[in-house]
Amino acid sequence: MIETQDLTKVFHDRKRGEIRAVDGVNFRCQPGQIYGLLGANGAGKTTCLRLLATILQPTSGTARVAGFDIQDHPEQVRANVGFMATTTALYGRLTARETVEYFGRLNGLDNSRLRERIDELFTTFGIHEFAHRRCDKLSTGMKQKVSIARTLVHDPPVMIFDEPTVGLDVMTARTIVDFIRSCRERGKTIIFSTHVMVEAEKLCDIIAIIHNGRILTEGTLSQLRARYGLQDLEDIFVRVVGDTP
Amino acid sequence: MLHVGTVYRKEMLDTLRDRRTLIAMIVVPLLLMPVLIFGMASLSLRLLQRARLETASVMILGAEHSPTLAARIEKTAGFRVVPPAPDYADRISNKELRAAVEFPPDFEASIQRGEKPAVKIYHYAGEIKSQFAVRNLQALLRSYRDEVVAARLAARELSPEVLQPFDTREENVAPPEKVGGSFFGGFLPYIIIVLMLQGAMYPAIDLTAGEKERGTIETILASPIGRSELVLGKFLTVLTASLATATLSLGSLAGSFLLAPKAFQRRALGEMPLEMTLSAKGVAAVLLMVLPLAVMFASALLAIALLARSFKEAQSYISPLMIVVILPAVASLLPGIELDMRLAFIPILNVSLVSKEILTGNYPWNFILLIFLSSCLYAVAAVFVAIRTFQRESVLFRT
Repeated sequence: MIETQDLTKVFHDRKRGEIRAVDGVNFRCQPGQIYGLLGANGAGKTTCLRLLATILQPTSGTARVAGFDIQDHPEQVRANVGFMATTTALYGRLTARETVEYFGRLNGLDNSRLRERIDELFTTFGIHEFAHRRCDKLSTGMKQKVSIARTLVHDPPVMIFDEPTVGLDVMTARTIVDFIRSCRERGKTIIFSTHVMVEAEKLCDIIAIIHNGRILTEGTLSQLRARYGLQDLEDIFVRVVGDTP
Repeated sequence: MLHVGTVYRKEMLDTLRDRRTLIAMIVVPLLLMPVLIFGMASLSLRLLQRARLETASVMILGAEHSPTLAARIEKTAGFRVVPPAPDYADRISNKELRAAVEFPPDFEASIQRGEKPAVKIYHYAGEIKSQFAVRNLQALLRSYRDEVVAARLAARELSPEVLQPFDTREENVAPPEKVGGSFFGGFLPYIIIVLMLQGAMYPAIDLTAGEKERGTIETILASPIGRSELVLGKFLTVLTASLATATLSLGSLAGSFLLAPKAFQRRALGEMPLEMTLSAKGVAAVLLMVLPLAVMFASALLAIALLARSFKEAQSYISPLMIVVILPAVASLLPGIELDMRLAFIPILNVSLVSKEILTGNYPWNFILLIFLSSCLYAVAAVFVAIRTFQRESVLFRT
């Protein structure tokens, strides 16, 4: 479960002055649901997700993730979150196994639990055959699989995906999309950001359109269609965003 | 604090797999140092020997005025006499001729008459082969002069002793340890300080700006580890690399210095001019004194390198730091700089100065304590700054 209360993040830029990257955002994602943040580049998606993952601290407002407040208990929040983004690369000089082991240890898994978990994940994602190869020698697809295993090693109830398919080829992107669906099947709370309409349409149970740090509208795809009298998500998006200054 | 060890183990593994770090930390100290020391020593010895053994071309001007000396020069194995010519100065400048000796008219006869004629030696100042020729010519002339003096004394029935009423003799009373101490005193702490900085530099950049460049910083920040634990784990890694580089280099340096004289002694100067040793106690004390500096370097480098977005940017921030560190370390070598209450608080300089004292066998305990404590204070402050830097979002996510 993720619940935000007037979540706000202000950056100060020497040239552009004050930037309200996330501006009083309120939403709620339930377990077993995929909540999608749909927005253009610079809309505030990444900042919002970084706030939820406690990589950044909010300027005002707060959020509860898996029952923990992001300001008061950031470490417990991170222990209950799997965070994956195009910008979360792997340590190139570690092997696939060492990578997953490292993050398992940081999540407090003991040796026997870690071994069990790695075996499970490596079987699921077919990592065994390249488990002892250094990450910088792996193909993009293999790297994505290791990244997924890294994110899941502590079996977190909440998953945060920041544009996870950007720059990936069709097959690799599909692995990720399938993986996100399987997370929903296992009852995880999932928040997902994208600027690709088709992806949002296919994956998300609830779609929120974010622009200039604000959530402009929110609902299931059919609710949005009914609300704006338009069929195509792209048309809806352009209408919603176009109406705001 | 549980995870500091986990981070440390991972970062060490990561660092030891990095070829560039390995070269800087292990290959350079263990191979380059001995090669440089042995190579330089053997090369300079060989060149020196060749210069000394060279048959020098010399020209005798006015040989007819001093047939005795001219004949002696011709007979000396180290000289090859070339026929006199008016362009001797040019030929010396062009290094075709090492030196020319000019006897004034009537040289030997005027000596017999008791006059004081002057012999001129033309040479190339600062050119080593020319100087060797001059030195050998001088020796030849000196021995001739001694003969003349002896003959004159004999004619007056005086003993040669008359000219030397007494002798002087120098004797070194400083123990070998103090001689070694004042010789190495300024030099050793300087080397250690530079090596520690050198060893810390590369991993510090790799673990901060390197992580940003490779995009792993967000991955690790999203894990449950606390920022302080992360910094401490990284800090310990950089400290290890720094101390390992310094230790390996010092060991290899000491080994080379111990072996080098043995290898070159017979071929070269015969004997070492001075007996020098360093006290083990002094060296141990110096190592203890520089330890807080290693801590300070490791954390300061981490904090600075984290400001950069890329490896290259970090290098350009850190290169000037080398000068900032070297200056106070070198300042301690200046003659006349003495430890006082003011200098005792200047980081790096204070440690260099007190190390110099310690190695010459003085233990100014009040300064030692004061400097050790102030260095520790600076070191703790630097660690604190590094942790603070890792908590600044504007630094971690600079775009």
